[in-house]
Amino acid sequence: METETRPTTTGSIPTAADSARDAAESGQAAAESARVTGRTPGLRAELGAVIGFVERNWYLTKRYFGWELVFLVYNMVNTLTIALIATHVPGDRGRMVLYLVIGAILWGYLSVIFHDVSESVAWERWEGTIEYTFMAPIRRATHLFGMCAYAIVYGTVRSVIVLGAVALFFRLDLAGANLLGALAVLVVSSVAFIGLGLMAAVFPLLSTEKGAQATHIMEAVILLVSGAYYSVTELPRWLQPLSAVSPATYALRSIRAALLDGADFAQLLPDIALLAGIGVVLVPLGLWVFGQGERYAMRTGKLKRSG
Amino acid sequence: MVCRGLRKTFLTKDETRLFSPEYRGLGGRLKYLASRPTPVRAVEDVSFEVQRGEIFGILGPNGSGKSTLVRLLATLLLPDAGSAEVFGHDVVRERFAVRRLINRVSVEASFFKRLSSMENLRYAARLYGLEPREATKRALEVLERLGFDRHKAYGPLEELSRGMQQKVAVARALFTSPVLLLLDEPTTGLDPRSKREVQDFVLEIRSTHDTTVLLTSHDMVEADRLCDRVAFIDGGRLVALGSPADLKRRFAHLRPDGRVTLEDIFLEVTGKEWPGEEDADGD
Repeated sequence: METETRPTTTGSIPTAADSARDAAESGQAAAESARVTGRTPGLRAELGAVIGFVERNWYLTKRYFGWELVFLVYNMVNTLTIALIATHVPGDRGRMVLYLVIGAILWGYLSVIFHDVSESVAWERWEGTIEYTFMAPIRRATHLFGMCAYAIVYGTVRSVIVLGAVALFFRLDLAGANLLGALAVLVVSSVAFIGLGLMAAVFPLLSTEKGAQATHIMEAVILLVSGAYYSVTELPRWLQPLSAVSPATYALRSIRAALLDGADFAQLLPDIALLAGIGVVLVPLGLWVFGQGERYAMRTGKLKRSG
Repeated sequence: MVCRGLRKTFLTKDETRLFSPEYRGLGGRLKYLASRPTPVRAVEDVSFEVQRGEIFGILGPNGSGKSTLVRLLATLLLPDAGSAEVFGHDVVRERFAVRRLINRVSVEASFFKRLSSMENLRYAARLYGLEPREATKRALEVLERLGFDRHKAYGPLEELSRGMQQKVAVARALFTSPVLLLLDEPTTGLDPRSKREVQDFVLEIRSTHDTTVLLTSHDMVEADRLCDRVAFIDGGRLVALGSPADLKRRFAHLRPDGRVTLEDIFLEVTGKEWPGEEDADGD
C-alpha cells in the first residue's frame, strides 16, 4: 500500500479524493500514513439523501402514473363499496357510513406505508439497484426514513382525496368533526406504522418473493386485529391481546372519536400519547430488526439482484 | 488496498430439486427443508495488495469468485475470515468510511429502468452528497466523453441498448470521483466500439484522476491492455499474480516463438481451457 497522495483530481465536485489531497496538504497525511479519509457527511448530506429517496419515488410515481390512477380509483371504489354496506344497517346511516369509511381509509393509508417501505426493498432487489443503495455512504436510518417520508406524503394525499370523494358521494356532514385532531392522530400513528413497516421490510431483504408474501400476511393480521370495520370487542378473546398491541387499534379509535364525535385534543391526548409511546418503541426496534436483517443478508449474500 | 487471507463460503440449496419427482408433495418438501445446504467456497485464502493509482485485474472464468471478491471489497458481504482494507479502512469495521471512498460498476447495469438516465444519476448524486445540478453536469460530460448522445439521457433507460446503459453505469460510478473504482466485468456484452470507448475512458481516468481501479474481467485482451498487474483466480483461489509482461516472460517457454498469451498462462496454471465470453457472462 502506498503512502503518497496523488495530487490530480479533476472536476469541481467535492470528493473523497479531494479530502485526501486536503489532508496531505495540511500535513495530516504523514500522520495518517496510507489512510484516506472521506469527508464526513453531515446532517445536510443526510437530509439531501432523504430528499433523494423522496425525489426518486416521485419520479417512479410519475412514470407509473397510469397505475397510480388505477390504484386511486380502485381504492376509492373499494371504500365506497364498503361504505354502502352501512345503508342496510339500522340506525344513524351517516354515522355508520363514516365509521366504515374511516376504517377503509386508515387501512388504505397503513397499506401504503407498509407497501412503499417493504416493496421498495423488493423492487430494488428486482431492479438490481439494492447493492448500489446499500453501498452508498449514507446511514441506514436515512435510507429508511427517506422511503417512509415519501410513503407518508403519498398516503396522506391519497387518503385526503378518497375521503373527499366519499364525503361528496354520501354528502357526509363533517361540520362537527375535529379534522385537525384526526390529522394529528394520523401523523403520530404514522411513526408507529413506520416502525411496523421497517420490520416488514426485512422480509423482502431476506427473500424477495417469499418476503413480499410474508409482508402481506403481517398486514392482513393487523387488519384483522385492529378493528378496521368493527369494534375489537367483537374479536374472539384469544385474539384480543393482539389488538391491544396494534397501533392501528388506537389510531382507528381516536380518529373515529375525532370525526364521529368531534372529540377535542384533550380527549384525544391519551391515545395520541399511547401512539407516540408505541412509535418510540417500534421505530428503534424496526431499525434494529432491519439492521440484523442487513447483517444476515451481508453474511449470506442475499443483497444480490433477484429476478 | 490490502487483502489478507480473505475467505467466503456460501451455504446453498439447489432449489431446482424441488421440481424433481423425489421432492414432490409435503413429504418431499419436508425432506428438502431437512436437507443440509452445500458449502460453496467462493473465495479461498485470497491475499494481495493494490498500489494507489494502479489498475489491478482479477481474471477468472464464470463462478471463479471474482464478483464475490468485489462484493467483499464493496462492503456488501462479510468475510468468513481474513481482512481487507481500503486505504487504511477495514471493510467490516469501518465500512461507512470505505463507502465514501469507493464506487462500482457491475456486469449488469442496475438502474430503475423506467426512469431516465438523468433521474437515476440525480438520485445517485443525492446519495453521495453531491449537489445535483453540478453532478448531472459532470455526468453529462462523462457520458459525452463515452460517445453517449446527450438527448437520450432524458428518456427511459429501458429504451437504451445495453452498451448505452453500461455507459450510464460508468458515469454514475465516475461522477462521485471515487478513490477506489471497482469495475466488475464492465465491458461484458458490449459491442467492440462501446468496449473500446469504456476501456479508453478507464485509461483516461487513471491518468487524470486520483483513482485506483480494481477490474475483474474474462477478456484477456482487455486485461492485457488496461492492467498494470493481473491476478488469476480459479475456484476462489489466486493462482498467479504479476504484471502481464512479467507473467508472459515467466511463462515464455509455453510457446516456441515466445509469443505467449494470458490465456496460455491461465491454461498452464489451472489446467483448464479459458471459457469464451458467452460462457463467462457474469459470475
